Amino acid sequence: MKTQTKLRTLTIEDLSIGYAHRKQQKVIAEQLTFSCHQGELIAIVGANGIGKSTLLRTLSGMQDALDGNISILETPMKQLNALEIASHISVVLTEPPASKNLYVSELITLGRQPYTNWMGRLSEKDHQAVELAMTQTETIDLAQQKCYELSDGQLQRVFLARALAQDTPIIILDEPTTHLDIYHQAYVFKLLKRLASEMGKTIVFATHDINLAIQLCDKMLVLTPETHHFDTPCRLIEQHCFDSLFPEDTIQFDTKTGRFNMKN
Amino acid sequence: MTLASSFRTHFILLGILTLAALFLNISMGSVGIPLDAIVDVLLGGDTTKESWQFIVMQYRLPKAITAILCGSGLAVAGLLMQTLFRNPLAGPFVLGLSSGASLGVALLILGAGIAGGFLGTALVNPWSLVGASALGSFLVLLAIVVVTLRVKDTMAILIIGLMFGSVTSAVVAVLSYFSNAELLQKYIFWSFGSLGNVSWQGIGILAACCLTGMLWAIGRSKSLNALLLGENYAKSMGVHLKKNLLILVVITSLLAGSITAFAGPIAFVGLAVPHLTRQFFKTSNHLVLLPAVMLCGSILMLLCDTVAQWPYSEWTLPINAITSLLGAPVVIWLLVRKKRLLF
Repeated sequence: MKTQTKLRTLTIEDLSIGYAHRKQQKVIAEQLTFSCHQGELIAIVGANGIGKSTLLRTLSGMQDALDGNISILETPMKQLNALEIASHISVVLTEPPASKNLYVSELITLGRQPYTNWMGRLSEKDHQAVELAMTQTETIDLAQQKCYELSDGQLQRVFLARALAQDTPIIILDEPTTHLDIYHQAYVFKLLKRLASEMGKTIVFATHDINLAIQLCDKMLVLTPETHHFDTPCRLIEQHCFDSLFPEDTIQFDTKTGRFNMKN
Repeated sequence: MTLASSFRTHFILLGILTLAALFLNISMGSVGIPLDAIVDVLLGGDTTKESWQFIVMQYRLPKAITAILCGSGLAVAGLLMQTLFRNPLAGPFVLGLSSGASLGVALLILGAGIAGGFLGTALVNPWSLVGASALGSFLVLLAIVVVTLRVKDTMAILIIGLMFGSVTSAVVAVLSYFSNAELLQKYIFWSFGSLGNVSWQGIGILAACCLTGMLWAIGRSKSLNALLLGENYAKSMGVHLKKNLLILVVITSLLAGSITAFAGPIAFVGLAVPHLTRQFFKTSNHLVLLPAVMLCGSILMLLCDTVAQWPYSEWTLPINAITSLLGAPVVIWLLVRKKRLLF
């Protein structure tokens, strides 16, 4: 019963997500209920268009929920202002930086914005947080480079460093391993795992890399068109939750190996 | 290492250059005035010729101050627009403010001609021109604010600005078809831009608008920095996007609108100066870049005006043409040399 003693960081109850346009609502997923704790690495998997990104955008406060509740550290999100949310949740998105002219050090330092004064003056604590983030992601050597000089893998590490510099208990990532080679995919996954277990962060990310996620994650949220499942990977496999993830005539989940295989 | 100390030499150098450009601008003109006489006049001495004193105090000094205000104000507006629209080609005029001003002036000058003889000529004077262009940019500003509050996409604002430009040139074309040559010439002269027609009272109003806009912009530098990562990241770091967008649009309108009202449309300063400044300042931090573009904009404008004034001759070339002749090659050169235009 180890999980019960851990701090509950994110609570989602009866959440409906989607887009509201005038009086019409386009519901993408509904009745989502799950909770995340300190130190957990949580993957959200599902087919394209099932609502992974919408869910992450709703959780990070970029778009409003249609219905239901999200609580951050037991406080309803609606009661928090933008700055308070920013000190609880940091994000890594799929989009590149708007300005590719930014220096890596400047980009990572931007993560300190929720804590600085109107001029953005950095205190000793801010410098330490940036340095720690750069050490953890091995981006110190890149500090004086500009964003357009970086490879996809390096850029992803830099964005991770920015999120770490923001020093939040929760980090939300949208497909952090897309466009990366297999080495960088494993690198990012292992780094996320380490951050969760050693620093006690709650890390929620969407991914298509189900095989790696099953091996590493503490819990997984499986979104299917009809329903959703939230549990540890082992129990999800036992309950055959992955079987219904994709149409079965093309690929099939092998319960013994915990992998998806091509169907001949 | 703090920000202030790492760029101190840059700022000292730019400050000296600004003073040098200011002095060069004042000492050059159609009438040759010896340097020591100019220093004397500026320091408040009264031993020199009265005509010289009049030229320096009532013409050259106001013109130089107008150049500084226009140069720095337009450069700040350009930097704000490039960051806000995430587009290296954005400038203060993409919002359509100068188009609005041009439309106001065109309607006044050309419309007055169509309205008829005596009334027409009586209507057109320097103050009514300022009024018409201010009203024109203000109406465009109102339209932009309304659009800003309704749409989510910043690109929509950009497109609306372009559409205002098209409408303006269409209306101007229609009006010119019905106008006589004299009035048409008057409009074209206004569209050349002019720094020399602003009185000390005018400078007071212009300075109030420009300083408000520039100081306000510096106050927004933190959210501007956040916007460099894109709107979603900015929001995730606690920036109130809509409020921020509205404030930035108002600042730009205040700067570009007041400058266009007093000095006419001045092209390329807003677009080129931020790019030039980025070549010297190796940072994207707006707290550094904003004061830097102010100084660079002032220097560029003072130099352009010195050229336009064509020393020791009676010609005064249109300032708008000079800034375009200088600005366009600079942007092309940056593109070719860097192979990309980043902001």
